[in-house]
Amino acid sequence: MKRRDIVQKLGFSALFACMAANIVFLGGIVFFIAARGLGSINWAFLTQAPRDSMTAGGVAPVIAGTFYLTLGAIIFALPLGVASAIYLTEYSPRGWIVNLLRISINNLAGVPSVVFGLFGLTVFVKYMGFGVSILSGSLTLGILALPVIISASQEALTAVPQSIREASLALGATQWETIRRVVLPAALPGILTGVILSVGRVAGETAPILFTAAAFYVKGYPHSIFSEVMALPYHIYALMTEGTHPEEQTRIAYASSLLLLALVLSVSMLAIYIRARQRKTYNA
Amino acid sequence: MNKRKERIIRYLFTALAFASLVFLVGIVFVLFREALPIFGKVSPKAFLLGKSWYPTSSPPEFGILPLILASLWVTLGALVICVPLGVGSALYLHELAGPRQRALLKPVIEILASVPSIVYGFFGMVILAPFLQDTFNLPIGLCALTTSIILGVMATPTVASIAEDALSYVPRSFREASFAVGADRWQTLTKVIIPAAGSGISTGIILGMSRAIGETMTVLMVAGGSAVIPHSIFDPVRPMTAAIAAEMGEAPVGSDHYHALFAIALMLFLITFAFNIAAELISRRFRLKLGLSR
Amino acid sequence: MKTMMKLMVMPALAIALGAPAFAGQKVVLEGSTTVLPIAQRAAEDFMKLHKDADISVRGGGSGVGIASILDGACDIADSSRAIQPEEVAEGKKRGKDIKPFVVAMDGIAPVVHPSNPVKGLTKEQIKNIYTGKFSNWSEVGGPDLKIVVISRDSSSGTFEAFNELVLNKEKVRADAIMQASNQAVGSTVSRTRGAIGYVGLGYLNASIKALSVNGVMPSKATVLNHKYPVSRPLYMYTNGKPAGTAKQFLDFLKSKAGQKIVEAEGFVGLK
Repeated sequence: MKRRDIVQKLGFSALFACMAANIVFLGGIVFFIAARGLGSINWAFLTQAPRDSMTAGGVAPVIAGTFYLTLGAIIFALPLGVASAIYLTEYSPRGWIVNLLRISINNLAGVPSVVFGLFGLTVFVKYMGFGVSILSGSLTLGILALPVIISASQEALTAVPQSIREASLALGATQWETIRRVVLPAALPGILTGVILSVGRVAGETAPILFTAAAFYVKGYPHSIFSEVMALPYHIYALMTEGTHPEEQTRIAYASSLLLLALVLSVSMLAIYIRARQRKTYNA
Repeated sequence: MNKRKERIIRYLFTALAFASLVFLVGIVFVLFREALPIFGKVSPKAFLLGKSWYPTSSPPEFGILPLILASLWVTLGALVICVPLGVGSALYLHELAGPRQRALLKPVIEILASVPSIVYGFFGMVILAPFLQDTFNLPIGLCALTTSIILGVMATPTVASIAEDALSYVPRSFREASFAVGADRWQTLTKVIIPAAGSGISTGIILGMSRAIGETMTVLMVAGGSAVIPHSIFDPVRPMTAAIAAEMGEAPVGSDHYHALFAIALMLFLITFAFNIAAELISRRFRLKLGLSR
Repeated sequence: MKTMMKLMVMPALAIALGAPAFAGQKVVLEGSTTVLPIAQRAAEDFMKLHKDADISVRGGGSGVGIASILDGACDIADSSRAIQPEEVAEGKKRGKDIKPFVVAMDGIAPVVHPSNPVKGLTKEQIKNIYTGKFSNWSEVGGPDLKIVVISRDSSSGTFEAFNELVLNKEKVRADAIMQASNQAVGSTVSRTRGAIGYVGLGYLNASIKALSVNGVMPSKATVLNHKYPVSRPLYMYTNGKPAGTAKQFLDFLKSKAGQKIVEAEGFVGLK
């Protein structure tokens, strides 16, 4: 074997090792958390409220809290995100506007999550007076989800062939009619992928709700958008850092982590699946 | 009539599309407004270069150098992990994996990216930290090393997916030309394809850094929290994000401490902003170089 | 698309509209992480007795609890330290009349890893360890082992009490590990051979070893008879005289059943 063949072989093995490391990390995290969390997950855990000083019972209201926060964030971010994407792709504004907006979107995507938390605290909790509540938390999370939804929607809209737009316009439809009846329906699966991806992202975020929505313990399910809530990610953090029964709480934290992990991973797998199917249809 | 409706709709979309810009400007405005009062008490120089962070002593000391260095220290550590792993995985996916392997492996990277940071933090706290403490016989497992490893793993998917994109933009002709002059696959990869995709790959690395430096819950849970200038990778540290998250709840609204925390957030924002702009500029040049549109 | 939107909007509308229909009296407790377990359990048990009461409990720290009651953002502020004169003044400026209630006593116990042979320290020794004069256990009669100093975040009530009662407000060595809660201190000490930390009595468990201070072991008895030197009262603060559910809740906490909760969470009841 020549020297350069050996080099090539070694190089390729190193690349393989890098790839394998990703699988090991993912597998390791899932394995450890599943192995120690699975035993505590049962019907009661999924349907009851925490009780006995957070050492027993379940996480039902906590899941509900995460559900409402996520739902609120999507309700806020979806119309804004899709509208932004439509503006950027369909109304093709001037170059400097596109650049300005793209830079804003990219930078918004890169803002650290704790900074969103401070923004939410200052603007929604204090200035607008929503207090620590589902509303404040949802709006904060919504801003964080916005770039994800915009870029997925943009990608979906760009993938719609130009020819069908032209066909619609040629038939006498206005631009808005074309967008509403032709382009949006065709782009819907792609937009949906973006929504699902952002659900995964939003449901797992902790830092933005730390000061805007999360409570250690509340009575049962939230009653209004002005209630503070327990939410899965914050629940894990609180169980690990507060309270006087570390062993019992760690057990519940494992189960809650497993639940959150299962939720977020299945959501993102769903998004990946939808996208893969969709790409197949386009290619076919 | 129809025309007017069309125009109104167009204005509506224009207005909504500026939401991202409005929020970004809003964030900048809030950060500056809430941060500036502290500079009436402490000079910007003393704030940035001060070596002691004792926000609640009397008199308080607001020097954030230990926090900045802690952030840089753990981010640097994360780079040591995420650069080889991220770029290596991208090269593997692009060069060696067949279509079926790719269909399986790309989702693995995406799923790794979607694991919530609180789960990474929890994992680091209950599994990795005790493990490292036993392995290296450390006084404490919650330290810069643990944090760097977790942050590195978290940033790997960012680096990998952007690097992979960059590789896929390298025109086929480059590769064919290289083979034509007798280079083998490894030489083509290291001498032709990596340099051609280099600036695209560096965009990925910069964005990975940006992700690592802004990460909050993980560092809050595993970094240890000592506000000292780090001297070794086994020192517990207190990165900027951890200081904000840990102390914001406790600082009375409107106090010097409160404004100081906003000033830290401002620094953090400016750092990540600079990273993002740098990534933007590099990726634009990259696209121009390869003759891609926009 | 339309049905999807409907599906998503309906529950939101339901909770938005549901808001005014809800009649029970809402009480928000916020503040000290030390008081948090008492507040949480008391709220849980109180709501079992008063079905219409709606109490939520937030942590954050003593500072945030007091700031929050001055802002009018909570009804009862939990605190592990007495309100400071500046805070009282700030309250007066905003027209708030803050009333204190002592709900329990707490002792702060220095804790070490169970394998550490040291049994007790003097206040002076603890101070020297925390300020950085001593950095090896051999300096206080222990094995040749580096001391890993673990402290609470400097804005926590527990830190403030420890800072005042033990350190005489001298600065903690900069490389001390700062933990955000009692529990985090406990679990770090239990995993770290050379560690010293301090936690509220409620957080003592088999995985960590409490040290005596000036020869007195921290315990309920020694805290109540004032022999143990590092102890403090735990407070709840209200704006003005409490009324309605807040008053019932505070009465419940001071009743026999409430003080039983205090004891069950590992703190010291008032009687």
